[in-house]
Amino acid sequence: MTTWHVGPSDTEADARARLAEQERELERLRAEVAEWRARAAKLPLREEVDFTSVSGRSVEPVYTPLDLPPGGEPAELPGVYPFTRGVHPTMYRGRLWTMRQFAGFGTAEDTNRRYKFLLERGQTGLSVAFDFPTLMGYDSDHPRSEGEVGKCGVAITSARDMEQLFAGIPLDKVSTSMTINGPAAMLFCFYVAAAERQGVSPEKLRGTIQNDILKEYMAQHAWIFPVEPALKIIVDLFQWASEHAPQWNTISISGYHIREAGATAAQELAFTLADGFEYVERGLARGLDIDWFAPRLSFFWDVHNDFFEEIAKLRAARRIWARRLREKYGARDERSWKMRFHCQTAGVTLTAQQPHNNIARVGYQALAAVLGGTQSLHTNAYDETLALPTEESVRIALRTQQLLAYETGVANVADPLGGSYYVEALTDQLEREAEGLFAEIEAQGGVVHALESGWFQRQIASSSARFQAEVEQGRRIVVGVNEFVETSEHEVDILKVSDTAERSQREGVARLRAERDAALVERRLAALADAARADANIIPAMLDCARAYCTLFEIRHVLEQIYGSYREPVFF
Amino acid sequence: MMAAATDRRPPSRPIRVLVAKPGLDGHDRGAKVVAAALRDAGMEVIYTGLHQTPEMIARAAVQEDVDVVGLSILSGAHMTLFPRVRQLLVDQGRPDVLVTGGGIIPREDMDALREQGVGRLFGPGTPTADLIEYIESWAVEHLEA
Repeated sequence: MTTWHVGPSDTEADARARLAEQERELERLRAEVAEWRARAAKLPLREEVDFTSVSGRSVEPVYTPLDLPPGGEPAELPGVYPFTRGVHPTMYRGRLWTMRQFAGFGTAEDTNRRYKFLLERGQTGLSVAFDFPTLMGYDSDHPRSEGEVGKCGVAITSARDMEQLFAGIPLDKVSTSMTINGPAAMLFCFYVAAAERQGVSPEKLRGTIQNDILKEYMAQHAWIFPVEPALKIIVDLFQWASEHAPQWNTISISGYHIREAGATAAQELAFTLADGFEYVERGLARGLDIDWFAPRLSFFWDVHNDFFEEIAKLRAARRIWARRLREKYGARDERSWKMRFHCQTAGVTLTAQQPHNNIARVGYQALAAVLGGTQSLHTNAYDETLALPTEESVRIALRTQQLLAYETGVANVADPLGGSYYVEALTDQLEREAEGLFAEIEAQGGVVHALESGWFQRQIASSSARFQAEVEQGRRIVVGVNEFVETSEHEVDILKVSDTAERSQREGVARLRAERDAALVERRLAALADAARADANIIPAMLDCARAYCTLFEIRHVLEQIYGSYREPVFF
Repeated sequence: MMAAATDRRPPSRPIRVLVAKPGLDGHDRGAKVVAAALRDAGMEVIYTGLHQTPEMIARAAVQEDVDVVGLSILSGAHMTLFPRVRQLLVDQGRPDVLVTGGGIIPREDMDALREQGVGRLFGPGTPTADLIEYIESWAVEHLEA
């Protein structure tokens, strides 16, 4: 029977009664949990283990409603602000995550073949791994590139290489992610120029350029220019792309490399978000409307071994971002509040010992990424601690995602762990820890100051040292490394990148230099220098350089004359 | 051989080590962990920072008068960089300096580099105690007591 309330006093009395009932319920629960703890304390525990997360966080033996915020937050739904439970209401029912395997080695032609191999096997997006010379802005024929051309990724020296990289792959049909930072704007311009050659205009391009220089200074170290001009170029790209390539993600603010360098989950979360806020503030300082560029900011997270901690990290990340964007930066467009991200399983967790065990590690990490609501995923291949992956190992890595998507049923329900006492408590805890770290960063004088002084780098190095010590003292078990060791390891077949790639790249670059219009190259480079000196947006002039087949190092060199180079604070 | 080895004593001064990151990759987690571990083991450690050329490394090794150069290479350029540093040290009159190191280096490449005069190389997952022991026993063999 329905009870009708007639006066306000009745409602208040009801509310008071309800609260009192809840309080009694909580009291009962507290007593029960206390009794349970007393009983549990007498039970034997495994002695050899620290019951802490990978990040060193101590973990309770059980979680209950007492671990949820007092008073209880109203039940949240996926696709609703602050998006703890996911950015889409229906999550993977509407659309699966993009299966995007990072790949690149040898010449553009070698990698083009690998892309076609992956696309034919059901991969749904491309992701370019560049070699180290390209990552650092050197041409394949530069003396500093010797021995490194095509070794850890594909060598791209000009827009011509980019055309070959995507030969036969229509750029208006695929989405492409490019992991490049120091020279990100240059490679982006090469991509736009290559697309134009296919007859595809920039507004049709979909994809992401990593373009996150702050974490380069902190962790990955592929920088070129000092911090301020590097940030200026990034904002130039925000501005240009929001007008000309509106479907393009202009940055992928990355925790991955910070974590791989040794950070804890909370440090990865906080340092990366702090970088994100810095980019937002730089965009605002340029006078850009927040809702004009914030919807194209995307993120990239590492998914490490500690299953629940990783899921909680991803949930906390979405919530913090949404709140900041709405409440602090005043974004009004919902798309600005939604943190969309890519995940990659943690390369640093793979072991060279018993490498096939890595297949299982990657499977668990991939599951965490999906339960954390990722938009796209790279699964590492089991042989990546030994060399670049073979076709066989990347196929298994891709199949791992397909198993998750089509066999396990995890894609049927949005945020299936929402409401778990442990996951919710951990999500709140990570959010609080991140807030604490934001305050510390502020106290260090902000992101730029803290990285120039080496504060971030020291924080990361000390976490890395702690983890290493735990492993060496046997307090943290790494299967196959310090426990369950095999005395004889059988070797696995690995990919060999031959030196012919370097030779043929050099020949290709020499041909390009001979064939292109040298006077046009000079004019375009001079115009770029003019734009940089005038402190104008340099993307249009850079794109003209790309169209004229100026090389990466030519562009780098022109800008370095004006902007200077970054010098790292060296310590250990 | 064994008898001769046992006659030798550890050097009376600390072993001097240059930990270097040649090439263009930025993976310095391993180099920093190793540098700190060697320092904690009582060695004098100099760390070069990133993106060093073989010439820069050899010059630093000679100037700092080190006993050991440890190269950390995860970029796949090991077959170029190890022999180059070793050769530059030989050219500069320091063939006695031990060139060792680690990274993502396939076993057969490690073997090939040993034949070219490079010391033992260590892969991922090596306990730092192993490198310390290797360098210390090399020092017993090769440095003045």
